[in-house]
Amino acid sequence: MNSLFEYLLRLGDDSLILGHRLSEWCGHGPILEEDIAMTNISLDFIGQTTTILELAGQVEGKGRTNDDLAFLRFDKEYRNLLLVEQPNTDFGFTMMRQFLFDAYRKPLFEALMKSNNKQLAAIAEKSLKETKYHLRHSSEWVIRLGDGTEESHSRIQESLDTLWRYTGELFFSNEVDAELTESGVLPDMSGIEAEWKQTVDEVFAMATLTIPESPWKFEGGRIGKHSEHLGYILTELQYMQRAYPNMEW
Amino acid sequence: MVTELEIWKYLEEVFDPEVPVLTVVDLGVVRAVKINGNSCHVVITPTYSGCPAMKRMEEDIIDKLTEKGVENITVELVLSPAWTTDWLTEKGRIKLREYGIAPPENEADKSTLFADPVIVPCPQCSSKNTRLVSQFGSTACKAHYQCNDCLEPFDYFKCLR
Repeated sequence: MNSLFEYLLRLGDDSLILGHRLSEWCGHGPILEEDIAMTNISLDFIGQTTTILELAGQVEGKGRTNDDLAFLRFDKEYRNLLLVEQPNTDFGFTMMRQFLFDAYRKPLFEALMKSNNKQLAAIAEKSLKETKYHLRHSSEWVIRLGDGTEESHSRIQESLDTLWRYTGELFFSNEVDAELTESGVLPDMSGIEAEWKQTVDEVFAMATLTIPESPWKFEGGRIGKHSEHLGYILTELQYMQRAYPNMEW
Repeated sequence: MVTELEIWKYLEEVFDPEVPVLTVVDLGVVRAVKINGNSCHVVITPTYSGCPAMKRMEEDIIDKLTEKGVENITVELVLSPAWTTDWLTEKGRIKLREYGIAPPENEADKSTLFADPVIVPCPQCSSKNTRLVSQFGSTACKAHYQCNDCLEPFDYFKCLR
C-alpha cells in the first residue's frame, strides 16, 4: 500500500464529499446570503480537492488525473469521513456538521504545514486561510441557533446528538499514519484532538449546547466502509462520466 | 528579443475577469516572469483554491502575450507562498475603492474566533458606520457589507492572511 496516496485520498475525499454536500444547498439556502455563503465554501472545498487529488495521482504514479480519482472510483475506494457524507437535512444540521469538521480541519492544516512533503505543506498553507473563514462562519451559526429560540435550540441540539457519534473518526489512525509519521511526512499530530475539543467546548458553552453522554462512536470511512449515503452522492457526482466516458465540458 | 520588463508591462493589460478593474499584476497573482532564450515562463498563484477565474487568467495571459508576439509561453501555478491580500498593490487598492469595492483592511488573524468585527469604510461616502451583512459575497474573495449612513450595499475585498 502507498501510504501517502492513502492519506491524500483522505484529505481530498473529505473536501470532495463535503463540498458536494454543501453544493446541494445551491438555490435552496434559507436566506440568500447563506445560499451564497454555502456555495462559496463549497467552491473552496472543490478547489482544495483539485490540488489534493492531483498530487494523489502523481504520488500513485499510475497516470490517474484528479478527475479520474474524483469521478471514476467505486464507493469502497473513497476514504472520506462518515461525518461529511451525512445528508443535509436542515440548515442547523448542515452548520453543525460543518462546525465539527472545520474545528478539526484548522489544527490539521496547521500541523500539515510542517510536513516534509513540500507539496502537501503548500496545500495546507493555502487551505488553512480558507478554513479559518469557514470555521468562523459555522461557529457563529452554531452559537446563534443554539442560543436562539426554543425551536432552534432543540433542533441544533438534536443535530449535535446525531452527529457526535461520527466525531471519533476524526482522529482515526492506523498503519498509514504510523508509516508517514516515521518518514516525517506527518509531523506531530498529537495536539489536534485537544485543540478540536477546546474549540467545540468553547463554542458549545456559548451556544448552550450539551455534548451527548453516549461514548458510542462510528468509524469506517477511512478504510472504505461507508454509510449508504455515499453511494447516492456518487451516483449523482459520477453520472456524466459514467454515462459519457471521457466527456469534457 | 523580449525582456522580462516588457512581459510585466504586457501583463498589466490582463484583467481579473471577476474584478475587471484590477490587472493580474495589481492583484499580486503573478509571482515571477522568466525569459529563457526564446521561451517565456510566467508563474502565478491562486487567490482562493477554488477561484474559477484562475483558469481564465491563465488563458488570458497566454492570449495577451501571444498577441504581443511572444512565443513559447508557459504558465505555472504555484501554491506556496500562499497568496494573501498583502500582495494586492497600492495601485490596486486605489482602483478597487474607485470602482466601489472596499479594499482589504488591516485585519487580525482569523484564527481568533470571535475578534471584533473590522471597520470597513464605505467606498461611496467614506462613512465608518457600516455593517457586515455576510462574510461571503458575490465571489470567494469578497464579503458583503452595507453602509448605515448612505445605505448603499457594497462589496468588501476581504482580508486573507
